[in-house]
Amino acid sequence: MAIPKKFKGYRRQNGRVGIRNHVVILPLDDLSNAACLKVANNVQGTLAIPHHYGRLQFGEDLELHFRTLIGTGRNPNVAAVVVIGIEPGWTGRVVEGIAKTGKPVEGFALERNGEHKTVMNASRAAQKFAQDASEILREECDLSELWVSVKCGESDTTSGIGSNPTVGNLIDKLDPLGITSCFGETSEITGAEDVCKTRGKTPAIGQKFYDTWQAYMDEVIEPFKTDDLSESQPTKGNIEGGLTTIEEKAFGNLEKIGKKTSYIDVLQPAEEPTKGAGLYFMDTSSAAAECVTLQAAAGFAVHLFPTGQGNVIGNPIEPVIKLTANPRTAREMGEHVDLDVSGILRREMNYDQAGDALIDIMMRTCNGRLTCAEALGHQEFVMTKLYRSA
Amino acid sequence: MSAPHFVVHDKTDSVGVVVVETVVPKTEMTGWVMETDETIKITALDTIPIGHKVALGDIAKGATILKYGHSIGKAVADIGKGHHVHVHNLKTTKW
Repeated sequence: MAIPKKFKGYRRQNGRVGIRNHVVILPLDDLSNAACLKVANNVQGTLAIPHHYGRLQFGEDLELHFRTLIGTGRNPNVAAVVVIGIEPGWTGRVVEGIAKTGKPVEGFALERNGEHKTVMNASRAAQKFAQDASEILREECDLSELWVSVKCGESDTTSGIGSNPTVGNLIDKLDPLGITSCFGETSEITGAEDVCKTRGKTPAIGQKFYDTWQAYMDEVIEPFKTDDLSESQPTKGNIEGGLTTIEEKAFGNLEKIGKKTSYIDVLQPAEEPTKGAGLYFMDTSSAAAECVTLQAAAGFAVHLFPTGQGNVIGNPIEPVIKLTANPRTAREMGEHVDLDVSGILRREMNYDQAGDALIDIMMRTCNGRLTCAEALGHQEFVMTKLYRSA
Repeated sequence: MSAPHFVVHDKTDSVGVVVVETVVPKTEMTGWVMETDETIKITALDTIPIGHKVALGDIAKGATILKYGHSIGKAVADIGKGHHVHVHNLKTTKW
């Protein structure tokens, strides 16, 4: 198949290219969710992203909170942002971070204003942003301007045989054409960490991954570990689907980065890549929504999500394309499955054909086709919290 | 070959993965070794659901079980060729 080299995207003020045109109403903190939901209810074409945190966090945990919120606003799938917070200081910090992209952003604080006045003022700004955004046209963009993230979920053994290698095939084909891509899931590389280390572009980059993995083992797993991590690694769904151990899951997981592609750097959670085109590893949880939220906050525009047993995840701003090689999942949960590659198991389809089919559905999604998760309204947005608040 | 009953990632693997929905005891199974494109045959001795593993040979308790050509844990019971390999007889070495 000839790989399409162009797609119709939204070019933002900073040059980045998005595939959606959201006007986001973003709460700084849990206290501001209600006001954000009211604004989104008042103004058509806007999207509130409620979440649970933002109070009394400190140090690295607070930095990650800001990086995630600012990154969500900075994502090129977002045209403009209204930020609402309990007080003006931290609200302003989020506004300033997003404003560096050049996109329209305005902040509102509840203290000294109250809910009604804040909602009214924020709704006026949101209305202008939504009407202005509705005039932004898609324009021709190069494939090399596309940022693609990958993460699998509710995996089973068909993930390692079929859907993950399909993603790997796409990565191997598109990495040489200049896309920027990202995989994560620090805990779920356990068992395959030595192999993953060899996939760094240089030994130093491989070591940087290994040190990140080791730090997670030392700081989180060792102090808190339980048998099979309390049915979390592997999960009940994994075990139902035939995965027995974390090692088995890890080798299947790693199929997503293909056979040839090397990662060129290691990112902190929600950190925007700065070393140019190529594959990046990001230090993330393996919980689907936490991982995709961090990848979206780093600026990735489209997500590829292989599933075995049928994870139903979506994201508010980054379209999530789901594929499965499990014929039961494709049959019983078809409304969640954008691409069925179960033909691989029957030898009716090889990896090359499956990879091409994934490129096709990804490019159609980039051009505007709604994913299953978008059509079903899945908008899971989950902040990663590093430790208890003060 | 037609659609296989099970697939094997690497020729050194001790297990294959059932990829059809109905494997019962005495099913004569055809397997596809993906790495070498070889075909192998095994008789199933258990009911094995789709996605679950079958032992490709006799595995002694304590032995390392290989899949993708790498260790995926240790056998915690003797496992005969053709039997179901899962949480009852295979355990991680990581946690």
